[in-house]
Amino acid sequence: MENFLQQLINGVTLGSIYGLIAIGYTMVYGIIGMINFAHGDVFMVSAFIAMLLFLAVTAFLGVSSLFLAFFIILIAGMILTSLWSWTIERIAYRPLRGSFRLAPLISAIGMSIFLANFVQVVQGPRNKPLPPMFNQVIQLTSGGEFDVTLAYKQIVIVAVTVVLLAVFWFVVQKTPLGRAQRACEQDRKMAALLGINVDRTISITFIIGAALASVAGVLYLVNYGVVSFSDGFIPGVKAFTAAVLGGIGSIPGAVLGGLLIGLVEVLWSAYVSSDYKNVAAFSILIIALIFMPSGLLGKPEIEKV
Amino acid sequence: MSEANAAVTDPMLRIRGVETYYGSIAALRGVDLDVNRGEIVTLIGANGAGKSTLMMTIFGDPRARAGSIVYDGVDITRLPTHEIARRKIAQSPEGRRIFPRMTVQENLQMGAALGDPAHFDKDLERVFGIFPRLKERRNQRGGTLSGGEQQMLAIARALMSRPQLLMLDEPSLGLAPLIVNQIFDVIGQLNREEGLTVFLVEQNAYHALKLAHRGYVMVNGQITMSGTGAELLSREDVRAAYLEGGH
Repeated sequence: MENFLQQLINGVTLGSIYGLIAIGYTMVYGIIGMINFAHGDVFMVSAFIAMLLFLAVTAFLGVSSLFLAFFIILIAGMILTSLWSWTIERIAYRPLRGSFRLAPLISAIGMSIFLANFVQVVQGPRNKPLPPMFNQVIQLTSGGEFDVTLAYKQIVIVAVTVVLLAVFWFVVQKTPLGRAQRACEQDRKMAALLGINVDRTISITFIIGAALASVAGVLYLVNYGVVSFSDGFIPGVKAFTAAVLGGIGSIPGAVLGGLLIGLVEVLWSAYVSSDYKNVAAFSILIIALIFMPSGLLGKPEIEKV
Repeated sequence: MSEANAAVTDPMLRIRGVETYYGSIAALRGVDLDVNRGEIVTLIGANGAGKSTLMMTIFGDPRARAGSIVYDGVDITRLPTHEIARRKIAQSPEGRRIFPRMTVQENLQMGAALGDPAHFDKDLERVFGIFPRLKERRNQRGGTLSGGEQQMLAIARALMSRPQLLMLDEPSLGLAPLIVNQIFDVIGQLNREEGLTVFLVEQNAYHALKLAHRGYVMVNGQITMSGTGAELLSREDVRAAYLEGGH
C-alpha cells in the first residue's frame, strides 16, 4: 500500500512533465496536421539551456535564493526557447507548407537529428549533472514497511505544471490569440477570410508548444538532476505516446495521456520490471494506434470530401 | 477636387479580365465586373459556372493568374488573403464555413477579429437584433446549428467586421422558402438603411434579380449578360435558362 502511494506520487510528477511536452505535439498537429518530430529535441535543448542558465544565475546570485534562481531560469528559458524554435519553424517548416504532406515531417526528423548532434558536439556526449535542487522531503507516513515521502521538487514540478496549464488554458479559451488559433485549427481558409494571419498564428503555436516544452525541460532537470544530448528521444516519444493516447489534437487529452503514461511507467517499474518500463509505455502507443486511433478524448477522424 | 470626384464615381470593386485556373483547367476566363458604392449586385449562373471561384479569387485564394481586381482604388490582386479582409471586405462563403467547435458567440468574435473591441458589444447587439435566433443560441456550438441558423450566423459573422462591401455566396442554398425570404429581406434592409454595398452570388435567380440593382450572368467562367435586375428578369433567355420551374 505504501509502495503504491509512493509510486502514485512519482507517477503524477513524471506525468506532468510528459503532459507539458505532449501539448506541443498535439497543438502543432491540430493546426497543421503534422507531427513535429523535433519537439522531443526542443525539450532536450531547453533542458541544456536551463542547465547553463542555472550555472550562470547561481554564479551571480549564489545558491542562497534558490526560488528566485528557479523563477529566472523558467522565464529566461521560455524566452530563449521561443526565439530559437521560431527560427526553426521559419527555416525548416514554413517553406514546406505548400509542399506534399510528408515533406515537413521529413524536415522535422532532420531537425531532430541536427539538434541532438549539435548538442552532442557542443556539450559533449556525457551526462551533465547539476547540483541537486529542492532536496528536502516531507514524510507522509512512517512506521510501515516503507516511508512514503513527498519531495519538495515533486511539489514544485506539479505546482508549476498546474499554474502553467491554467494560464495556457485561459490563453486558448479566452483570448483573441487563442480564438485565432482554434479558428485556424478548424478552418484555415475561413480564418484567413476573417483577416487572421494564418502563417503567423501557426508560428505562434509552435512557439507556445516550445515554451511549454522548455518548462518541461527545466522540470526534468530538477527531477533527475542530469541531462544528456540523447534525452530528447525517449521522453519525446513518450510524450508523443501521451498525445496519441489522449487523442491527438486534444489539449486536455494530452494532459490526461501524459499523466497516464507517467503512472504506467512508474507502476510498471515498481511492480513488474524497471528494465522494461519503456516497453510498457510504447506498448500503449501500439495498442492505442491499433484499437483506439482517435484516443481517449480525441474526435474521430472524419474524411473530408 | 477632381480626384475626390473620381473616388466617388469609381466603382468600389472593379474586376477586369480576371482568369483563374485550377491546375490547368480554366475556371474564370476573363471576367469583367463592377460593383458600385451602395449597390446590390448579383451574379447568377448555373452550378459550376465559376461564381464561387470569383468570390474566392477576389480574396486571393485561389489567386488570379491574369487580370486585375481593384478595391477602393487599391489593386488587391496580389495581396495575401488576410490583408484583403483587412480592407473591410467581408464574405459569407460557399458552404458557410462556420467554425463547428466554437460557440455562436465565439464565431461572431472571430468575425470581429479585425474590429475595434470597443464597439464589439454594440455590434453584437446589432446582429442579434437582425437575427434574434442567434441570441437564443449564443452559447451553442456552431456545428450543432440547423442549416438556416448557420446561414444567419455566417452573415452575422461577416457583418461583425463592419464591412463596406458584403459578399454573400448563395445565402439561400438549402433553406426553407420562409427563411430565404427573411434573409433576402435583411440584405435589402441593410442596403437601404445603412447603405451597405452587397455583392450577391445566387442560383436562386428570381429572388436575387428582384432584390439587386444590377445583375450579371455567368456561363462557363465568362460573363455573358449584364443589366439591371428588372432587365435581366424580363429577358426570355434568362427566364428560360435560370427561372423555369422556379417561380
